[in-house]
Amino acid sequence: MNIQDKTVISAHELLAPDSHGNSSVKYILLALCVLAALLVPVVVKDPSHQNLAILILMAAQLGVAWNIVGGYAGQVSLGHVAFYGLGAYTSTLLLTQWGFNAWVAMLCGGLLSAAISLIIGWSCFRLNGHYFGMATIAVAEIIQIIFTNWEYAGAAVGLTLPMDQQGWGSMIFTDKAPYYYIALGLLLVTLAVNYWIEHSYLGYYFRAIKDEPDAARSLGINLSRYKQIAFAVSSFFTAIGGSLYAQKELYIDPGSVLHTGLSIKMALVSILGGVGTLLGPVIGAGVLTFIEEGTRALFGGSGRGTDLVIYAALIVVIAVYYPTGVMGWIKQFFARRKAVKAQKEQDVQEAKREAA
Amino acid sequence: MSLLRVESVSKRFGGITANQDVSFEVGAGKIVGLIGPNGAGKTTMFNCIAGYAPPTTGEIWMNDIKVSGMSPEQCARAGIGRTFQVARTFTSMTALENVMVGAFLINKNVGDARQSAARLLSFVNLGQFRDKPAGSMTISEQRRLAVARALAVKPRLLLMDEVMAGLNPTEVRETVDVVLKIREEGISCLIVEHVLEGIMPIADAIVVLDYGKKIAEGSPEQVSRDPKVIAAYLGDE
Repeated sequence: MNIQDKTVISAHELLAPDSHGNSSVKYILLALCVLAALLVPVVVKDPSHQNLAILILMAAQLGVAWNIVGGYAGQVSLGHVAFYGLGAYTSTLLLTQWGFNAWVAMLCGGLLSAAISLIIGWSCFRLNGHYFGMATIAVAEIIQIIFTNWEYAGAAVGLTLPMDQQGWGSMIFTDKAPYYYIALGLLLVTLAVNYWIEHSYLGYYFRAIKDEPDAARSLGINLSRYKQIAFAVSSFFTAIGGSLYAQKELYIDPGSVLHTGLSIKMALVSILGGVGTLLGPVIGAGVLTFIEEGTRALFGGSGRGTDLVIYAALIVVIAVYYPTGVMGWIKQFFARRKAVKAQKEQDVQEAKREAA
Repeated sequence: MSLLRVESVSKRFGGITANQDVSFEVGAGKIVGLIGPNGAGKTTMFNCIAGYAPPTTGEIWMNDIKVSGMSPEQCARAGIGRTFQVARTFTSMTALENVMVGAFLINKNVGDARQSAARLLSFVNLGQFRDKPAGSMTISEQRRLAVARALAVKPRLLLMDEVMAGLNPTEVRETVDVVLKIREEGISCLIVEHVLEGIMPIADAIVVLDYGKKIAEGSPEQVSRDPKVIAAYLGDE
């Protein structure tokens, strides 16, 4: 029998979360990964390398957050930067103008974004597919224009965070290591929430809405309610990611936290790694950040935009050859290996029988 | 009193009248067949009952609840389950997970949903396919999976849209068995069907539509002898 026949697996099948994997091995692997991640700042002392690690973690966190609505629920938002910016601006204004504790300010930014996502979702979820994506781009552009012209929020000049108020209360540090641990913690929390969603009824509902919305309705699922839940949770964590960016860079303006390219990046991180999978965006973030920073270092000022060319090429390659992303590719690799092994065992048994 | 009452329902799409002044009833625990030639308005009638296309005029009642004007998800909560002409399987899930999505309407607990979904899979004779990716099942299996999924919301009326179309005789028999078991559970079935050999022997009543109008209603024997029905299916001389 041809092995190829056995291993042809549909894209959907590959992306389905494992409900019956070998869990103890998985937990040990997970614990090892977390331990390794915790040790990075201890081993890596070069601030620029530490910075690269932070960038990967932050990109991964955004991808994981985007994946809730774009991957699991299949509502491809291309305006997520709006929530990123809202989070960054809200926490920065609360910190600098109102003297809030940075952590409380971060949380407020997240909640405000989630609330605004409900309003945006209420109108945009009347549209389906590409039209929803286009509407989210428009909303993000509107928000960018508002902030570019809003004096209180620094308008086009942007806002600066006080570098002299260092400490955990204001979440401002000269070292990179604290930012690394905050980014790692945030990524783990976002992953944990994603994991919980994936394994609760919400995860099933989101996937049902993505697969067959009409059938989902016939089972009593209110489409817009559950799309809005996915959108709100996703925007909450995107906004928290935006706040962290502000705390790390100590300067934000519409060009840095409300830039359309960031929306695309959030989606791309997820798509490259594997949409609708828990760890796909983490892998995607690693690959993409290396490309981005690598081309920047390699080509310097003269190579501006090279990363964008590579982005574009990547999108084409993924769309044509690996619509399931890196995670899909890995799963396919293991599925094929398993099929080969099963085939070999079968052959051995047949040979034995013939010999007998 | 009847479980489902369709009272002079008309459905117009612009200038096209898909259903005109159709009335019929489905008794509790009965199997009713809704038949008619292509384009007779059977699926439109289904969509009216299940909330996908609210009737232009007329009313639809489930016991004492008026369901016409409700959204599909509200109809599901009111006790109307349905399947589709194309199975509309959730292809990213296993067979069991497909049914679990339905079961969550009753109970949001994953373990409980898994248990009741497993029971329903066995009920439609798909117990051995629990962990099979639903997208890789045969058409016949996917149709029965859709029935199990619809049953998971604990409906009192199940609308089945051409569950037997395109199946071989063995598969038709399997499906007929499932329909009879559903009636034993006290659930009414309204079945749109082209395969008359499948539906005629098991139906308690048949409603015949032609060009959007009801042209006959009665027991399968009465209907199959009705000259208007014969004319609609075979054409006038």
